Amino acid sequence: MFASLGALMNVFVNKRVNYVLSELGQIAFLARDIILSLLTFKVTWRDLVYQIYSIGVKSQSVVVITGAFTGMVLGAQTYFQFHKVKMDTATLAVVSVSLCDELGPVLTALMVAGRVGASIAAEIGTMRVTEQIDALRTLATHPVDYLVVPRIVAAHIALPLLAMEAIVVGIGGSYLVCVFVLGIEPVYLWQNMLKYTEVVDLIIGLVKAFIFGGIIALIGCYKGLTCGLGAEGVGHATTEAVVYSSITILVTNFFLTLVMGKIVGLL
Amino acid sequence: MIEVRNLQKSFGGSKVLDGVSFRIENGESVAIIGRSGGGKSVLLKHLVGLLQPDSGEVLIDGENIGPMNERQLLRVRRKFGMVFQGAALFDSMTVAENVAFAFRNHENLTAGEVARRVAAALEMVDLPGTENRKPAELSGGMRKRVGLARAIIYEPQIVLYDEPTTGLDPIVSDSIDKLMIRVRDHLKVTSIVVTHDMRSARRVGNRVLMLHEKKLYANATPEEFFASADPVVRQFVDGVADAKECLI
Repeated sequence: MFASLGALMNVFVNKRVNYVLSELGQIAFLARDIILSLLTFKVTWRDLVYQIYSIGVKSQSVVVITGAFTGMVLGAQTYFQFHKVKMDTATLAVVSVSLCDELGPVLTALMVAGRVGASIAAEIGTMRVTEQIDALRTLATHPVDYLVVPRIVAAHIALPLLAMEAIVVGIGGSYLVCVFVLGIEPVYLWQNMLKYTEVVDLIIGLVKAFIFGGIIALIGCYKGLTCGLGAEGVGHATTEAVVYSSITILVTNFFLTLVMGKIVGLL
Repeated sequence: MIEVRNLQKSFGGSKVLDGVSFRIENGESVAIIGRSGGGKSVLLKHLVGLLQPDSGEVLIDGENIGPMNERQLLRVRRKFGMVFQGAALFDSMTVAENVAFAFRNHENLTAGEVARRVAAALEMVDLPGTENRKPAELSGGMRKRVGLARAIIYEPQIVLYDEPTTGLDPIVSDSIDKLMIRVRDHLKVTSIVVTHDMRSARRVGNRVLMLHEKKLYANATPEEFFASADPVVRQFVDGVADAKECLI
């Protein structure tokens, strides 16, 4: 019995590994096509601006709310701990560094993955099942040139701007909570934040957001282009786009933190 | 000239086309018929490189498109226009934007020239003045006409029709047939029509190809084909489930 269970497990693991490797291979081919397209094809301004509007401008409300409440709760929680050791005025510095390095880009990317990644996968997936992508191809248009590249470039541009917005709003929200709710001395609070937050913290956050933007658009486009047939196929593609983007963002963030920490340390 | 040599295609272990070969000369009008799920649309998609054969060759003007990658195929596809079964209009765009899509990256054409060509194409498919409407506002027949206008606006050498009259009432089907004949005669294009509609096949095609049991079963002129006493052909032409009920 254990032998047959082992064999079943072996088959399952083999199938899963093959599936993951095949997906990674196809994403690599798509990335190659994107690079080729960027080198040879001119993205039209109209498409790019529309995608920046769709990915960036339309995501602002969700990003602002996320940034504000994350900053406020982080400020309150940090104060509760720091107050025990009489370090109240260091609260905003902790909030600021946390938001710039980690929470700003990561939470922005996760929220945008939910909104934009799903939308990209659903839109391209619907185009696939209704033969609109085949129609594009018969009209001598490469789907990567027309559908993927503008979204990738727009996401790379929009995510750092959205992350910056989340960071600013988060720090602002935290400042208001610290000063008007928790009663911390505002001048020391602000000065400590400026003292401990360095430009490099902001650069790390923006570089991360830039990379996360590419991840969201790449996975959303890939899932849309390879989605199964019918409404069920589009539904699966949408769900997988959000789940895979979110997991990839979290895992990539860990390695980016290590690598950039090392680089900054060396500098 | 289109030539298909020993084309084979399977999906998930199920063979759809098994050694199909034929040749279509420039300016010919060919109807491809066969039962539902018999591989007609699959065959059509091979001609324009939307599907790659498992084995065999598809030659367009003597050039084998099988080994070509997607970017190399773009050059070959400029020779084709294709009308899809569901029209496949870009639903985020207006009728005019759909029809003018092929001119998106033509920097040598002015906006006025593009608008003039769009109006002429819509006039040809009897839909003048619909430029600003969205595909969702159009009926099935109108959508197919816009799909045809989009396919012919850049004057391709070959126009492919994937079940152009499916799902339409007999009157609209008749108008689509007349439109296909008008496009064939005015633009002197090679037309390949995949259809279940026997009347359409008889009127539009100069030649009829019939797919049966994954192979090319018949290749004849409409007169020869529709007069055939072959039981498989008769059963399909007469549209009867039981071969014993055939009219001839």
